[in-house]
Amino acid sequence: MGDTTASTPTMTAEVEMIPITVDFSGGLEMLFSNQRRHSLEIPATDKDGKPCNIASLIGYLCENTMKDPRRELFVLDDHIRPGILVLINDADWELEGEEAYEIQRGDNILFVSTLHGG
Amino acid sequence: MAPILCTNCKTERALIKRPKNHKKLCRSCFLTVFEDEVHHTITSSGLFYPGEKVAIGASGGKDSTVLASVLKTLNERHNYGLDLVLLSIDEGIKGYRDDSLETVKRNAVQYDMPLKVVGYDELYGWTMDQVVETIGKKGNCTYCGVFRRQALDRGAKMLGIKHVVTGHNADDVAETILMNLLRGDLARLSRSTSIVTGDSRSEVKRSKPLKYSYEKEIVLYAHHKKLDYFSTECIYSPEAFRGSARSLIKNLEKVRPSAILDIVRSGEDMARLVPVENSSSCACKGTGRSATPVAGDDENIGGCGSQNGRSSGGEMAAMEQELKDNEAHKELEIDVANTMPATKAELKEKLLELPIRSGPRNSKAVSRQVLGTCERCGYMSSQAICQACMLLEGLNKNRPQIQI
Repeated sequence: MGDTTASTPTMTAEVEMIPITVDFSGGLEMLFSNQRRHSLEIPATDKDGKPCNIASLIGYLCENTMKDPRRELFVLDDHIRPGILVLINDADWELEGEEAYEIQRGDNILFVSTLHGG
Repeated sequence: MAPILCTNCKTERALIKRPKNHKKLCRSCFLTVFEDEVHHTITSSGLFYPGEKVAIGASGGKDSTVLASVLKTLNERHNYGLDLVLLSIDEGIKGYRDDSLETVKRNAVQYDMPLKVVGYDELYGWTMDQVVETIGKKGNCTYCGVFRRQALDRGAKMLGIKHVVTGHNADDVAETILMNLLRGDLARLSRSTSIVTGDSRSEVKRSKPLKYSYEKEIVLYAHHKKLDYFSTECIYSPEAFRGSARSLIKNLEKVRPSAILDIVRSGEDMARLVPVENSSSCACKGTGRSATPVAGDDENIGGCGSQNGRSSGGEMAAMEQELKDNEAHKELEIDVANTMPATKAELKEKLLELPIRSGPRNSKAVSRQVLGTCERCGYMSSQAICQACMLLEGLNKNRPQIQI
């Protein structure tokens, strides 16, 4: 889809930002400042000019949003930890292409842990 | 990308991909199918009788909250005629259980069910905070697990209720099966697959109506029904969910989602190979009588209750001890061979090869113990003194030293 982006190193400040909301529940909010909902502006494209997808969002969240050092509770081997569900606009990400899903303006991405007790 | 339509109603947008069969369902079809399957589990196993008083072991977590919600829905929809009560255990852990108990209190209002809270302090004279103060964090899950199991039964008794349902799900059952398989613990393997546990002497039976429900679907059900639940980790056993068996289950699910139910079914098949008279006798509170529901304790004995059947080091240690205790009991695996149909012989061979630890084979024999009652508290026990009283004895001895 988005191959029109210039691959030359443009100023990062020029990168278009898209607003999304990211929710954490099922215990994951503990890793993200005990805050369930995060309204974020994320770069529409990554360093290589590729449109931002769930995989790059996960990386972005780890670097910018997660304050807790226990990254392995969210990500294992560069993928979302098994047992954490991802919902894209309320739909199971398995229906939307999982990590390859390209994030759209206004999307709501929910990460729910199934791993925590009561 | 055009929205994928629900394979069931073919009109609404699909939001759920079912792990067991990859069906893509919309919100309302998913909720209905989930409830229908629990209803099927309940009716096909004859779990309840009309007018039965049933206590729901409620922690405020996802599993027990979904269980309460679904049972309320089904009770009304299918006229089970059940008298449902929420039963919560207060372990006495500040900053943990007091928060989740608030959730249970809200659930009681939301589902219009009476709530009974039983505290470790009133039952045992010790809160978990005090236990940890005395013995430290190491091994405290063993105390909590032993106390909890009795606490649910005692709470039910106080209410005059003979049936406690718990929120154990398919992932929990699969994990327990794997662990019992790795230990070669046939008695527990058999028991852990059974939907109803509790023997004729125990007065209170236990069952798990969500036994075939995927944890993933339980969480999605709670999400799409907007249920009010609480998720936390016990402050005394943080990150206990990183147990290897649990991780294995989740990794298997990722590769092949049907694996979880496959393990549950396989566990049930293997359990059938354990002779009936032995499967009804339990390592810790077995019964001499036959024709009882599958005897015995919950699989999370000794484990941290918040983990709902998930493992802990304390549990393993307790099991090891029991396996040693069982060594004296007679070798029963030979009987298995004799009663086995010829076609199952190969399967049985496999069963015998399972124990991975070295050591005498008869230490893995299915044990038989006679159920009695605890001399101290009168609670059922296979020993003269029940586990809870043994632990309490140790605690009470230490108390003066600690308090000085």
